[in-house]
Amino acid sequence: MEPIYLDNNATTRVDPEVVEAMLPFFTEQFGNPSSMHSFGDRVGRAVKQARAQVQSLLGAEHDSEIIFTSCGTESDSTAILSALRAQPERREIITTVVEHPAVLTLCDQLEKEGYTVHRLAVDNRGRLDLDEYRRLLSDQVAVVSVMWANNESGTVFPVVEMAEMAAEAGVMFHTDAVQAVGKLPVKLSETRIDMLSLSGHKLHAPKGIGVLYLRRGTRFRPLLRGGHQERGRRAGTENTASIVGLGKAAELAQAHIEDENTRVRAMRDRLEEGILAQVPHAFVNGDLDNRLPNTASISFEYIEGEAILLLLNKSGIAASSGSACTSGSLEPSHVMRAMGIPYTAAHGTVRFSLSRYNTPEEIERVIEAVPPIVAQLRKLSPYWGEDGPVTNPEEAFAPTYA
Amino acid sequence: MWDYTEKVKDHFYNPRNAGAVADANAVGEVGSISCGDALRLTLKVDPADERILDAGFQTFGCGSAIASSSALTEIIRGMTLDDALKVTNQDIADFLEGLPPEKMHCSVMGREALAAAVANYRGETWVDDHEEGDLVCKCFAVDAVMIENVVRENKLSSVAEVTNYTKAGGSCASCHEKIEDILSTVMAERGEVFQAAGKAAPAAPAKSNGLSNLERIRLIEKTIAELRPQLQADHGDIELMDVEGKTITVRLTGACTGCQLAGATLGGVQQRLIEALGEFVRVVPAQAAHSAAGA
Repeated sequence: MEPIYLDNNATTRVDPEVVEAMLPFFTEQFGNPSSMHSFGDRVGRAVKQARAQVQSLLGAEHDSEIIFTSCGTESDSTAILSALRAQPERREIITTVVEHPAVLTLCDQLEKEGYTVHRLAVDNRGRLDLDEYRRLLSDQVAVVSVMWANNESGTVFPVVEMAEMAAEAGVMFHTDAVQAVGKLPVKLSETRIDMLSLSGHKLHAPKGIGVLYLRRGTRFRPLLRGGHQERGRRAGTENTASIVGLGKAAELAQAHIEDENTRVRAMRDRLEEGILAQVPHAFVNGDLDNRLPNTASISFEYIEGEAILLLLNKSGIAASSGSACTSGSLEPSHVMRAMGIPYTAAHGTVRFSLSRYNTPEEIERVIEAVPPIVAQLRKLSPYWGEDGPVTNPEEAFAPTYA
Repeated sequence: MWDYTEKVKDHFYNPRNAGAVADANAVGEVGSISCGDALRLTLKVDPADERILDAGFQTFGCGSAIASSSALTEIIRGMTLDDALKVTNQDIADFLEGLPPEKMHCSVMGREALAAAVANYRGETWVDDHEEGDLVCKCFAVDAVMIENVVRENKLSSVAEVTNYTKAGGSCASCHEKIEDILSTVMAERGEVFQAAGKAAPAAPAKSNGLSNLERIRLIEKTIAELRPQLQADHGDIELMDVEGKTITVRLTGACTGCQLAGATLGGVQQRLIEALGEFVRVVPAQAAHSAAGA
């Protein structure tokens, strides 16, 4: 039986059309796009076309606002460090407690170097307090960096409104949109977002290619200095095959965005309903009214996520127990903890993230597979008795919800 | 994905002795819900010769925690309590043909549950001394609490010393930055400053604490005066405008005005002032301060 891939927030399969678009750039189209001859010119034109395709997906006003980078992490670092270097008199940063490690770890380091980092908290649905955000905005803040949508809970943040508030306070606004682009409609020309990060491998392009959107007129300092590539804003020979692939993936993502918000969303909803109808002591995380259409974060109380994943994997189902980037860690997800999910549930959280490649038949197979796996592990758990959770002797660990 | 041996997978997929022993006369409960591992070990002990007739486990945890629990029960069944107490966590890991370094704590939990169950049978009190800290060195499974304690107790001041005492950092070196952070924190407690190379330096005196306002401003003026020749050589200049708390307002003049590197210049001035004063200060250009005030 074909394995079922439900870990698309970690990475996506490369679309065959993307592969096809890339292949010539590994063979006959090998020129350096910066070269002043026809070999380079042909490749340069392909990079230009890819830039236009990404511009279109992002609804950016100018193609010159698109800078190709190596990944979302590089885009995030470039955006935040640029804002700090361009405004050395400003020593504060506003972000959230649930950002991707690409932003969180950088901010931790900047804090050690003397910057003040304000980390906005989230409620039990993963939502931000905008009053607190408004209070923190000041002329001491160099940059706000807030993700568009959370990779684990799927909760979507009101970044368009937050960028507006930042602009009114004279503060630069960056958003890590790697989970949002391709899943939610984006039109940057109608926002006041200054910088945006996206990552190719989250939207069916290859790994190792990303984009930093930089609004025209935004003060900027490059992270990588050297050659004149990307108008001097990101030195280094262009990863042309991947850039071409990302361009094609951007075009396809734009064409599929309606499908993402109807068919994919319906499969996600069916998955959640099907599992919750059969499994007691399980619940869905995130802002149920404002979530990514492809993401289902489900906590199974009294059992542990890795054990669930191993049994799912044995059944041919690939999911995640949180952020793939933190799966090497032994800590429960920082996002679930920030949302106040109790340890008994936070450890047992599984993220199913769908894509346009999934089918309703696959979803039915998962709905069938999950309940016996949960029951099997609960049978081993000291927190689970014959008919349900035990209250003694670990009564202190009994979960409570805000 | 963790690199589990076939034996670990087998004991996870087909756990032996799962569930509580019905008529157990020894129970050991260890683990931490916050760390995601908890184990209840139940034993049926023959009072005649203290032999373990039956052993069962209930585990909340990952694949290797369940496999370690299963392995433990297989190892100790038939042993006397005294012999069972000689079983080490390494014996559990060896029985499973190895565990990933990050998962060695699962075998430790098994060993502790055994000690707790024996203590329970004998009417003794078992104290859980398992430290709960972030795992710093994944190669040798050393956590932050252990490193902090060793640094504190032995007055260590270098990563090499930490490696000598704990093995942490002795393999892939990816945790050296975290060890340096711990050294910085613990050494600060005893008034020393961690230095990446060489011996620890005494903590820099907080110069500003001993300075009057006038002395502080004079020191700022002196530092800026020392910087001016460099800027004047580039046909620019700098002038101190105001000092208010931690904010020092300056005006760049001449070629420095509108220079693309003005931000870097201000950053350099700020760094020199921080070093001279021994405190964090913010240097802002006069015009920026003005516009900000009007914003």
